[in-house]
Amino acid sequence: MSHNVAIVGAGYTPLRALSPDVSFREMIFEAAVRAYEDAGITPKEVDSVIALGEDYREGTCISDEYVPDQLGAVQKPVQTVCGDGVQALGVAWMLLNSGAADVVLLEGHSKASNILHPAHVEAMALDPTFVRPHAWNPVFLAGLEMRRFLEDSGTTPVQAARVAAKNKRNALRNPLAAYPAKVSPEQVLASRPVAEPLTELAIAPPADGAFVFIVANEAGLKRCNGRPVTLDGIGWSSDTCNVHTRDWGWAAYTEQAAGRAYQMAGITKPAEQIDFAEVDDAYTYKELQHLEALGLAPRGQSAKLLDKGTFDPGGKLPVNVSGGSLGCGNLHDASAFRSLLEVVLQLRGHAGERQLSRAERGLVCSWRGVPTATGGVAVLSRR
Amino acid sequence: MNRVAVLGAGMTRFMRRSLETGRELCWEAASAALADAGLTLADIDCVVLGSAPDAFDGVHMKGEYLLDGAGAKGKPYTRVYVGGGTGVFMVPAGWWHVASGMFRTCLVLAEEKMSPTQPHPQGAFNAIYDQFTERPLGVNLLWIFSLEMHRYMQTYGIPVETIAKVAVKNKKNAKDHPASQVAGDFTVDQIVNSEVMAYPVMRLMVSPVTDGAAAIVLANEEFAKKKGGKHVWVEGVGWNLDTSYWTNRDLAYPQYVENAAKMAFKMAGIKDPRKEIHVVEPYDPFAYKELHHLEGLQLADKGQAPRRLEEGFWDRDTTTGIPSSPSGGLLGVGNPIAAAGLMKVIEIYYQLSGKAGKRQIKRNAQRGMAQAWGDLMQVGTVMIMGVER
Repeated sequence: MSHNVAIVGAGYTPLRALSPDVSFREMIFEAAVRAYEDAGITPKEVDSVIALGEDYREGTCISDEYVPDQLGAVQKPVQTVCGDGVQALGVAWMLLNSGAADVVLLEGHSKASNILHPAHVEAMALDPTFVRPHAWNPVFLAGLEMRRFLEDSGTTPVQAARVAAKNKRNALRNPLAAYPAKVSPEQVLASRPVAEPLTELAIAPPADGAFVFIVANEAGLKRCNGRPVTLDGIGWSSDTCNVHTRDWGWAAYTEQAAGRAYQMAGITKPAEQIDFAEVDDAYTYKELQHLEALGLAPRGQSAKLLDKGTFDPGGKLPVNVSGGSLGCGNLHDASAFRSLLEVVLQLRGHAGERQLSRAERGLVCSWRGVPTATGGVAVLSRR
Repeated sequence: MNRVAVLGAGMTRFMRRSLETGRELCWEAASAALADAGLTLADIDCVVLGSAPDAFDGVHMKGEYLLDGAGAKGKPYTRVYVGGGTGVFMVPAGWWHVASGMFRTCLVLAEEKMSPTQPHPQGAFNAIYDQFTERPLGVNLLWIFSLEMHRYMQTYGIPVETIAKVAVKNKKNAKDHPASQVAGDFTVDQIVNSEVMAYPVMRLMVSPVTDGAAAIVLANEEFAKKKGGKHVWVEGVGWNLDTSYWTNRDLAYPQYVENAAKMAFKMAGIKDPRKEIHVVEPYDPFAYKELHHLEGLQLADKGQAPRRLEEGFWDRDTTTGIPSSPSGGLLGVGNPIAAAGLMKVIEIYYQLSGKAGKRQIKRNAQRGMAQAWGDLMQVGTVMIMGVER
């Protein structure tokens, strides 16, 4: 299989808890201008456009309608992917390898501050026949899942809380982050209980922001004048959305997605061949659960490695050096783009004071949040 | 680029208030398509699903909810979305999964369950408009279509009776479609004198509220050849989205449909579509839209599709024209938005493979085209299929 797809432009807005001064379209415009500038192209050079969107979060029925103008994409092949950033990158890979396009633009954003009652929106994702009638806040699913993961892996609550302490501390060195902080694991555990054993500081708080990427194949790269980063491998997978029939302790979707991405990238020993990773951490335990499913930590060993400092910025395998969702804010499906941005910056050597000394190959791992069991994995390398 | 073949198709009945959940509708369509292709789920490498607004089914992240029924558990699965254009867009979506070389086979699903929206899906359609400038007016889709239909009639001097003939034709064609919801014999008078929804849009010129699902199975050349037999191939795909500011463009002509069609023609190597396309399924949620789209698809000059209709050029039994909506279209078979688009694709597949039964067109069809449209009168999606040559 060909390995000719590269990310050649990245644009973004800073992430914020509130953004009453701009509409989501203005945020996207800002990110798009930066991405075009970064890739050294104008909208004319773009063949196809992919936007992320889920109607209920946008508060608009058929939110696909409001994609083209602010991207300069009027009367172009534009589509919406109801999935996360890795899935959209996968669609871009397929468009670039099928002859449908040579330069593809990806857009993802979050305007979470517009959602007055997030739990009411997320509850609409529950099975309307069997689960939703209980009228529970959907975060209960993460609480139950965390309990199962702690039980299966032998992780203690304080170990899981260290993920939040690490990521929020990492975010102190990321100027884009919305929620950087110095907190101790004890403070995380002592914060307000939300869905036992999950506490408030163990949950990534929502944030607003927008991302635009320019992706190209070899022919498309000739049109661009940016600094490309190679996409070595990509995969995505879904376990069942039925909460009553899935394995709660194990992220099967990540294991499957990683298998595909590693195969494409020719990776056989991920823990040795990956230099750093941006791994979904919408809840503290998710980072550990995903690391094990990725094969970056042996099953049941992720917390031990975390304790040893393996995943610290100076460790053997830095994880979420950006601050992750816990430190930067949860952007839902666009969180994968926040991870992707960090990997692109690190591989280019543009990560400022948090630049890693060894950054030849990085990994993005995404998850679509409760109640889904869908996620993706992308492996990228310095060119 | 890998060539992409269609190995099978299946669909549910189109009806209002189906007792099946959305997941069950998906399961039914997917099972039928797999059976038609002679395959099982184990042969399927990936799944792609299309469904229009979440508001209809009333489920946030509807694609995730439907994935079990779509056979996607444990597989790479993506939901893509371009509003009402989603149904036909599923062919490009399935095509790139296979054509890119990433997957051998792809199960392509489209589902829509509109009846859970109470009291009527038109209420959900209010939320498609700009929240500041348009939503407060309490508008729905019928209102915008009355504007567009007016503009089309005014620009070319088309009488409403001519447009009504699209409904007569399609509802009659649909009598032979086993899935149909609102088929029947109607006169122009009955259509024109049916209840006024938003003048000049009358009730019998509007497609109904429908629940349903449809599915096709796509495979690469190697897989298709191994299965043996003659296949129908995807020859061209195209899609195009116009500005969100629908008030700023001329509603008389769908430029975005032309752009999408030209993208598909280019890929299929079609120079003269009026000679090289032998059967067409244009999107017909409203009677005038079929004519509007036939012009956008370059199968008639601007303003001339109605004249061609009067001549019988679009009739199913024509031997000199191009049969249009031989299935019965959305006006006859029904309109579960995304599934309706894929139903049109399936009709082209049936016509090209000689499986259309009583609906089989008289002229020999080597190549057919389906099109859908959606968002704020804004998106065109097109696919072209052809038989083995």
